Amino acid sequence: MKRSRKNQRQSQHHWHAQLRRLLSPRTFLQRHAQVALDSLGRLYRNRVASLMTAAVIAIALAMPAGLYLLLDNLERLSGTWDGQASMSVFLQNSVSASAADRLAKSVREWPEVHSVQLVTPDEALQEFSQRSGFADVLDALDENPLPAVLVVIPASGYTDPAAASALRERFSRLPETALAQLDLQWVQRLAAILDIARRGILITGCLLALAVLLMIGNTIRLEIQNRREEILVTKLIGATNGFVRRPFLYCGLWYGVLGAIIAWLLVETGFWLLSAPVSNLAGLYQSDFHLETLPFQLLWILVMGGMCLGLLGSWLAVGRHLDAIEPT
Amino acid sequence: MIRFTNISKRYPGGYEALSNISFHMEKGAMAFLTGHSGAGKSTLLKLIALIERTTRGQLFLDGQNVSRIGKRRIPYIRRKIGFIFQEHHLLFDRTVFDNVALPLIIAGYRHQEIGRRVRAALDKLGLLKKERLYPITLSGGEQQRVGIARAVVNKPMLLLADEPTGNLDPDLSREIMALFALFNDVGVSVLIASHDIPLIEELDYPALSLEHGRLAGSVVDRE
Repeated sequence: MKRSRKNQRQSQHHWHAQLRRLLSPRTFLQRHAQVALDSLGRLYRNRVASLMTAAVIAIALAMPAGLYLLLDNLERLSGTWDGQASMSVFLQNSVSASAADRLAKSVREWPEVHSVQLVTPDEALQEFSQRSGFADVLDALDENPLPAVLVVIPASGYTDPAAASALRERFSRLPETALAQLDLQWVQRLAAILDIARRGILITGCLLALAVLLMIGNTIRLEIQNRREEILVTKLIGATNGFVRRPFLYCGLWYGVLGAIIAWLLVETGFWLLSAPVSNLAGLYQSDFHLETLPFQLLWILVMGGMCLGLLGSWLAVGRHLDAIEPT
Repeated sequence: MIRFTNISKRYPGGYEALSNISFHMEKGAMAFLTGHSGAGKSTLLKLIALIERTTRGQLFLDGQNVSRIGKRRIPYIRRKIGFIFQEHHLLFDRTVFDNVALPLIIAGYRHQEIGRRVRAALDKLGLLKKERLYPITLSGGEQQRVGIARAVVNKPMLLLADEPTGNLDPDLSREIMALFALFNDVGVSVLIASHDIPLIEELDYPALSLEHGRLAGSVVDRE
């Protein structure tokens, strides 16, 4: 009896020592760093296979990321494409040239206005006669029938239909205004198209994320099968499920991160290849538009996304297959 | 150290591998477990290592009742036990050092401590020069000694060995048994399953004898 109590005390002491060792933060971090490096080393040893898996993940990540960036650029383009989303404010004939100039200057200060161009009646007449071929008829007129026009381009946050129409209202209320016209239909259509595109990319993105999840899950499942013997032995000599799980989780995480980095390279390369023809096309429209990718922000988002997908995928695989391997 | 109280083990399908086994092995003792193949030696060891669970009866390890212990606590019990297998279950993609270090890594020892303890264990088993080799390049006897080093590196309270000399010639077998006796001398409890009767008779340790899942004869305390 006395002896058994002593044993109990000893075993309790043993327990406490074990617990202290496990909870020591330095050992904990050291262990995780070790497992993370081990998993990375294992991927490196099978680098061809690992790279192929990572490449498939990369393509699945690059597709939605690239499409989203294209859409983003398109939206930026629609916000700045002069002439198209602009508003024509026809002024009363009674407004003098200097008053029109003052008005243009004050309107330029409005927050919802990107830029204002004043087209004087003389300029309008000149343009009209050049384009219409009615020069002779116009010459026959005693005075210029055309009003002064403010060509207003809304600021980037005010291109959606509601804001643009509110801006039109504001112009209509000005005493100098005869008529404020907005090509609202065009803005509405573009917004609708972009909306569909955004929805489509979201759906594609979700499906491809699911594909990445399954891909990583399957890879980890194979890895677990390959290391069956090792799992059995480690469990036999006292490994907890957490210990057995850890290398596989890190393996999935690395796949995600690797895939994300390759995806980033793919997107950046794709945009680099597109940038020259796009600038060329924009040049034909007298625009200095160029593609933008925000490389570091993109890399950050891709890596975080890839990491989460990798962890989740391997977690699912590990949960399903690891418990089934028990020594017998 | 080990106490069996009316333990039975029935496998799914109805086959009763062990029936109503009771015995007590003192802390620091060393004993053999004998019997023909199929008598239940392996099953008995697996019950102690919690690889198999008892169907009936109570199993005490180091004063702790482990018959109904939860799955999550099993690893911590196993860390107090060194298990030596006939096929030694070494990992062939790792060096001798890494194989022996495994229990320490699992238990969360510090890096420096692991190196120190692994080398001490390898030294004790005469394997210090082989630490960088892969198990595949070693002889059968050396592989078995690596398996023993891995079992003792964690300084377990109990060593279990399932036919540790099954694949070895008599001289090597004697050498391995002498090693077990050495560990027993420093206070480790040792239970060895073996059907090598001549070798067991050479050595002066008690033996539990199993026959068709029942204890037939014993020199260890029977209860």
